[in-house]
Amino acid sequence: MNRAVAGRSGRGVRSDCLVEITETGGSGVRIEMQSKVDVLYGRANRALLEELISFFKLDGVNVRVEDSGALPYTIAARFETAIRRLNGVDGTGWLPPARVQGTGSVRDRFRRSRLYLPGNDPKLAINACVHGADGLILDLEDSVASSEKDAARILVRNALRAVDFGAAERMVRINQLPLGLEDLDAIVPQHPDLILLPKVESAAQVTEAAAHIRRLQDGAGSAYEIYLMPIIESAKGAIEAYSIACASPSVVALAIGLEDYTADIGAERTLEGKESAWMRGAVLNAARAAGVQAIDTVFSDVTDMDGLFTSVLEAKALGFDGKGCIHPRQIPVVHRGFAPSDAEIEKAKRIVLAFDDAERQGLGVVSLGSKMIDPPVVKRAQRSIRLAIMSGLLENDWKETPDEQ
Amino acid sequence: MSNDLQRNAAGRLVPTQINGETAIPYKGVGAHVPSGRKTAPLISRCADYPADGNKVVADLKTALERAGLRDGMTISSHHHFRNGDLVANQVFDAAAELGVKDLRWFPSASFPCHEPMIRHLESGVLHHIEGSMNGPLGAYASEGKMRGTGVLRSHGGRYQAVQDGEVHIDIAVIAAPTSDPFGNCNGVQGPSACGGLGFALADAQYADRVIVVTDNLVPFPCVPWQIMGNHVDYVVVMDKIGEPEKIVSGTTNITKSPDRLLIAELTARFVEAAGILKDGFSFQAGAGGTSLAFAIFLRDMMREKNIRARFVRGGSTRYLVDMLEEGLTDYILDGQTFDLAGVASMRDNPRHIHTNPFVSYNYHNKGNIASMLDVVVLGATEVDTHFNANVVTHSDGRLLHGIGGWQNCLFSKCTILPIPSFRDRIPVIVDEVTTLCGPGELIDVIVTERGIAINPLRQDLIEATKNSGLPIRSIDEIKEEVEGICGGVPDKPQFNDNIIAAIKWVDGTVIDVVRQVAES
Repeated sequence: MNRAVAGRSGRGVRSDCLVEITETGGSGVRIEMQSKVDVLYGRANRALLEELISFFKLDGVNVRVEDSGALPYTIAARFETAIRRLNGVDGTGWLPPARVQGTGSVRDRFRRSRLYLPGNDPKLAINACVHGADGLILDLEDSVASSEKDAARILVRNALRAVDFGAAERMVRINQLPLGLEDLDAIVPQHPDLILLPKVESAAQVTEAAAHIRRLQDGAGSAYEIYLMPIIESAKGAIEAYSIACASPSVVALAIGLEDYTADIGAERTLEGKESAWMRGAVLNAARAAGVQAIDTVFSDVTDMDGLFTSVLEAKALGFDGKGCIHPRQIPVVHRGFAPSDAEIEKAKRIVLAFDDAERQGLGVVSLGSKMIDPPVVKRAQRSIRLAIMSGLLENDWKETPDEQ
Repeated sequence: MSNDLQRNAAGRLVPTQINGETAIPYKGVGAHVPSGRKTAPLISRCADYPADGNKVVADLKTALERAGLRDGMTISSHHHFRNGDLVANQVFDAAAELGVKDLRWFPSASFPCHEPMIRHLESGVLHHIEGSMNGPLGAYASEGKMRGTGVLRSHGGRYQAVQDGEVHIDIAVIAAPTSDPFGNCNGVQGPSACGGLGFALADAQYADRVIVVTDNLVPFPCVPWQIMGNHVDYVVVMDKIGEPEKIVSGTTNITKSPDRLLIAELTARFVEAAGILKDGFSFQAGAGGTSLAFAIFLRDMMREKNIRARFVRGGSTRYLVDMLEEGLTDYILDGQTFDLAGVASMRDNPRHIHTNPFVSYNYHNKGNIASMLDVVVLGATEVDTHFNANVVTHSDGRLLHGIGGWQNCLFSKCTILPIPSFRDRIPVIVDEVTTLCGPGELIDVIVTERGIAINPLRQDLIEATKNSGLPIRSIDEIKEEVEGICGGVPDKPQFNDNIIAAIKWVDGTVIDVVRQVAES
């Protein structure tokens, strides 16, 4: 008798469920459901299961669910995973009604913080948006066991449809190609804002992913822009960083992964980071040369907030735009680190006012006192001002507020 | 229960008789005016007690017999050992051996370690419990299996009920970590030291007979004497009265949940934005991971801004003790220690003050500490859109927690409930709370991870925080958002007509009842 199981239950499991489907050889469907929220959502859950059973045209099976407070999109994902494991049916056609759609991203938006969320654990994704990260990464790669890749893919696909990620950029880290192409098949139609490509070592890998995304989007008639962030985490990747950054117009940033890189070059990862100094410089320079953002690695000690802050200041000083986060409490520290200093804000204000002045007078050049200000410097100053406002260090209407000096 | 039900001032149908005694329906905050005098204990005379002061008797059974234990009596105990209490169960084991029936257990609180009481409820030794019923006892009562009706009171309400004569204690059993043969005792010394003995004060003052049980007998005088031996009839010595390490429960560790840390941080920032955080202020943060995390965030703000509190109300923990020792507060006024650092500090630090429900919480009093507090943070299982809150039942309708000092603390100048907007899939903000424990007019602010809702009655707080940058939203808006996440408006638990417990307000009136959950 064929039987398949998906999801998790038991002590310590929250917001997830276990679905077991057994073929009986007979006819009819028997549902057995135990739920922690039976009093509140028992009726709703049974209606959902009946809907799923009818969608998948199931007959001659027993369906057993142990529910630890899973949301409907999770129950549906676990159900679909079990069915696929049982008989390979593709259930892409069924999805809970979309409550949330991505609103799209912007090429050069701030990407100071990006929080990793394990793709196969629904618990952390539901409330992830409340912590204020610039980006949220639903991870299909390192945080997912190889035997659970199918389950994670379906859960992440459903999460993109059902979970409100607020103002955060909706990111997915897929697996290395070719497995990553299957991830893209599931993910791309759900309008993620950005795809992280792990362990990229050549421009060809980027173009392959970009082409696959384009094919999927053309097929669906979608013009939704999906950006790419290749992660450089090997010696070869570091050498190829510039061509990787230039491989596709969809690339908006290069990110760094130091755990794998230090292992690859045969060095121990230290807090000081001398072993990766060249690589970080190389990737940063490649990113800037290609006109994309440069994003630093994660800081792995989640208890050491002072260490994290120091590390963010260092990343900012080197020219990086952002840092990876593996715990929500790291986000405010990262934002504090990337916030412009008082001196930076003052300088930026003067430059922006001078630029406004030049605009008003129709002048081609901006000057501050006797100094000419180049366009990149103006752009940089405008960005600092936006960041200062975002960080709560400057009022939105600062131009109207007379300077106190 | 064939009983007249009456709609009280909160709109809840409540009985006018509970366990055969008259009960007054809740009339509104401050509306019920008591009259008459407090109850008085029996007059004793020294001739009936050993002149040498030695009141030690052979064992618990002997003490209960001498105290005149008989059917239908009320026996009290306290909960300073929390889940490590070894005495209360033995009292009723001894009563069972003596063949006594229909007792009322009147604990200051019960814990999962008291699950063996179910045996005595089944056998008829116990008639019913009046006090919190957690975990297994709550589930038992919720299924309608207890013969009498449970009565849940706050710590202050328990003192009030004894003092006003609503509950007459026949025999009080006080587990005391150190005692002398005369019955002078304290909770801060000895191998089983658990902190103060404040919750046993009313029992000592008003019970007909008082038995002190200790595992550390010292020669007279036992100093300090948190309970005076002059109240005590018998002293019993046994091997071990409690496991003090179990006063540290899961609720006395700082939360690791990122969402709850965020809630705690928002709460601290709210306190600052509202202008409450200033030199000489006071706050109370009890057990519970979020409350503790709040205290840590507040501490960091106090350090940064060089602010010193005049006093902090405990449940004390090592975090509050650190604040005291660092000079961030002049005093800890402590009702109950939640870890062993708190016990040691209460013993050794003269600025760590032992308090009791009479001074802290009793509503039929000439004032109390609770209402002097600038800010208090408390938990809740549910809150409704009128800011009414529930702390005793779970959303599935089962009795789960006691009230503790919760109701009493609502009288502080600013009452904040930092709570998650949903637990797993269970929305915490509802249209009407399953069980009403605290009226919304006393609850000022709800802090969730998805926003802060201020009670419209507190225009001053709304005004003070409007430009704070904090995520201030209406409670209805947060509720709708969370219902969207959880999959719609949840069904409600179903009950039958059987009232299994009454919830008393701080003045002894009945604010709500808990009914038996219906079979599904």
